[in-house]
Amino acid sequence: MKYDKLIFELSSPGRVGYSLPKPQYPKYSISDLQNHLRTTDAVLPEVSELDCVRHYTNISHKNHGVETGFYPLGSCTMKYNPKINEEIAKTFSFPRLHPYQPVSTIQGALRMYHELQDSLAKISGLSEFTLNSYAGAHGELVGLMIMKQYHHFNKDFMRNKVIIPDSAHGTNPASTTVSGMEVIEIESNDQGMVDLDALKAVLSDEIAGMMLTNPNTLGIFEKDIQEITRLVHEAGGLMYYDGANLNAMLGKVRPGDMGFDIMHINLHKTFSTPHGGGGPGSGPVGVKDFLVKFLPNPTIKKLDDYYYISNEADAIGQISGFFGNYLVELRAYSYILNLGKENLMNVGPYSVLNANYIREKLRKNYELPIQDFCMHEVVFDGLKHNPNEIRTLDVAKRLLDYGMHAPTIYFPLLFHQSIMIEPTETESLQTIDHFIETMNQIAEEAKTDPDTLRNAPLTTPISRTDEVFAAKQMIFTYKDYLEYIERGE
Amino acid sequence: MFKYFPHTKQDIELMLKELNISSIDELFAAVPKEVLLDHEYDLPSEMSEMEVRNYLKTLSDKNQELLIFSGLGLYDHYTPSVIDAITSRQEFLTSYTPYQPEVSQGTLQYIFEYQSMIQSLTGLDVSNASMYDGTTAAAEACFMACSISRRNKILISSTMHPSAIQVIKTYLRFKGHEFEMVPAKDGVLDQDALSGMLDKEVAGLIVQNPNFFGLIESYDGLADLLHENKSIFIQHGDISALGVLKTPGENGADIACGDCQSLGMPLSFGGPTIGYLATIKKHVRKMPGRICGYTTDTFGNRAFVLTLQAREQHIRRAKANSNICSNQSLLVLYSTVYLSIMGKQGIKEVNSLSYQNAHYLYDQLLKTKKFFDPFQQPFLKEFTLETTLSHDLIKEALLANGIFGGFSLSGFSDDYENLINFAVTEKRTKAEIDKLLSVLEGLS
Repeated sequence: MKYDKLIFELSSPGRVGYSLPKPQYPKYSISDLQNHLRTTDAVLPEVSELDCVRHYTNISHKNHGVETGFYPLGSCTMKYNPKINEEIAKTFSFPRLHPYQPVSTIQGALRMYHELQDSLAKISGLSEFTLNSYAGAHGELVGLMIMKQYHHFNKDFMRNKVIIPDSAHGTNPASTTVSGMEVIEIESNDQGMVDLDALKAVLSDEIAGMMLTNPNTLGIFEKDIQEITRLVHEAGGLMYYDGANLNAMLGKVRPGDMGFDIMHINLHKTFSTPHGGGGPGSGPVGVKDFLVKFLPNPTIKKLDDYYYISNEADAIGQISGFFGNYLVELRAYSYILNLGKENLMNVGPYSVLNANYIREKLRKNYELPIQDFCMHEVVFDGLKHNPNEIRTLDVAKRLLDYGMHAPTIYFPLLFHQSIMIEPTETESLQTIDHFIETMNQIAEEAKTDPDTLRNAPLTTPISRTDEVFAAKQMIFTYKDYLEYIERGE
Repeated sequence: MFKYFPHTKQDIELMLKELNISSIDELFAAVPKEVLLDHEYDLPSEMSEMEVRNYLKTLSDKNQELLIFSGLGLYDHYTPSVIDAITSRQEFLTSYTPYQPEVSQGTLQYIFEYQSMIQSLTGLDVSNASMYDGTTAAAEACFMACSISRRNKILISSTMHPSAIQVIKTYLRFKGHEFEMVPAKDGVLDQDALSGMLDKEVAGLIVQNPNFFGLIESYDGLADLLHENKSIFIQHGDISALGVLKTPGENGADIACGDCQSLGMPLSFGGPTIGYLATIKKHVRKMPGRICGYTTDTFGNRAFVLTLQAREQHIRRAKANSNICSNQSLLVLYSTVYLSIMGKQGIKEVNSLSYQNAHYLYDQLLKTKKFFDPFQQPFLKEFTLETTLSHDLIKEALLANGIFGGFSLSGFSDDYENLINFAVTEKRTKAEIDKLLSVLEGLS
């Protein structure tokens, strides 16, 4: 039996896992707060330190991380997270600084922020970045707010529509709605790219701008990019670059040079900061010169060698408590310094080489809908020879049995059986060859042993889950769980 | 060669041969020549690990670590050493969103435990898996209120943290919602003024407790007042304080939100922290963000999955409740381990020790006759005073002694011109508190 306990189930009344100093001023009593106090104690665990450590160690074994094995999750850029970055984020003074400290005592912190934003600007071909946005989706929202503010600043109040290709990540349309603008979705052409005629048909003086991922979510470079940005600019709109796939472009193309005015970068993808099970990430937003004054407050400015905090009048406002996920930013800067200009040039090329090698070696057994070279990720549309109608889901689950994480599946939505594989540049030829062998073996199993695939995974801590039950029963807490057990359903 | 790129010359040649091309550049054939980068980035050359460490140490040395005696949304609580040991485990640190539950039960299980703890601390029914921080959680809570009530106006208590107010205003302004500020009286929400502001446009009210000044507000009758007007009651605030203070649930709030930084997270120059958001079960489908639920696997084993995903951006796209996707998960683990190790007793003890330390400092400051309490309200670990001393003088004198405290609120609002902030946690020793006092006593 694998470890199967909740922390609450290790609890015994009176047991403790902490030690705190003795009271220094016992004459004061919190009970003087009387009716401001809660009437019952919070239901929290009462466990020893060892029990706590052992519990979380045991449940950690149920996770697959980048250091466990290959993690080809498309669109997520699961590259190696260097150890030096972790060390730096913990050992120096940065974790112990309060952002309201006198400016003279935080010069190093302000300088790191300023140097990182400047490095990102140079890598992107833009003028300036804010690092205050907490994540990719947050960056999108902030970028769209800047787009809207720009038009309003120019008294162009009609521009309220944002063009988004149907292949875009779901956050693009969702962020547009939150920014108070409307989405105009345009269909992709049969090559999965922006259809120029469809684009021309929606351009008008109501267009605030267009959001684009390039390479797009099919892993394909939009070769008409110059024409796209020209058309949108001519119509008075701004171009927003969704940096989700920036990894492929490192060392090869700068978004600013493609004609983009605003972009966000996912530091947790391209700049190697750990994904942390889903955060904390960081989503800096960069803009061209004419939009700098709209960047959110607070901003960090430099005068000679002195750094200071400034709030700008034309800014969109404040979008975070302080300066974003600062320690994540610090890790990304450590990565940029470590690689330097020489090695940054190789990130895109090596990630693209790895993806195309996989593309070539799997196309015999997996349906390849797009014939051009891919960029940093390759999308297949399910198995090629598939007499037993094995689904992409089954292939993905079987991969877990072989000790690898599954690729992204059923996205992009343009194909029915999408398998999106992103190897990143940090994987060796041996690892990639092993993945290819395994994928081809699974394709063979699909013909000879389909039931094993349908029931996979068989070696993981749990097997496939009942998601309908979860949505129906809505058991979100230990309290709900105990009530459910009590009901005996 | 570079340590993060395993590509040898032979590897590259072999791969190119398989692809039937002669250089990696050919893979970029689709990129128009005009946009191809033809030069290196204007950045420094590569550094060895030692050089990176030295360089960033140089930057670090330009900072000064101070003894923290202010709060204002970030509290210098003690971090049990267990937390770093667990949150540094690669299985938690380097994994991503639990899309494949079969190999993500570690993450899903701690999210479930976290949701359980937030539920109990807030006294509401259901918590999501996290928000970016307290300020954005507050903004999203306001959106929820508009969506639930199908109304357009949010009332914001003036006693909230000015940063949270700013963030809420930015979000509301862009989404096309309205807001009005509810005035304060004696440093707390003015309920009389509020009752005059309730009309059929009011989607909800957001308050903060303990408020920006550190004061504990009383919400007797507030829930009824709001609910009679069919408006949503949002209570914002520091999560640690809910270990002892009356819960949003007990106050009749519909939504609770705030920051979990006070669960022993380092100040980190303001981030990362994590926002919490909880509500009553009736409103769960209006909630933004990930939610984890209990289920079973095909063999009947206990299992956890992300659920109710039809609310979210990857399914609903433009019609989603929010654009938020995964965020701050490692801080969910951080919060969960903190609350496990401190547990039922520890969370009370942390609050009690902070209360005692803060009240001692408060009494001693008033005794100097240089500090006055303009509000005369109960407080927990943070308080706000007026002073006859110059704010700059206080700042400089404390700084000369390595202390950050007595923070002037004058930069936030003209109304706060004479106010200064103190916060004292369980970390401050008697010697440290006495040092602060001796510096301030010497000023005139």
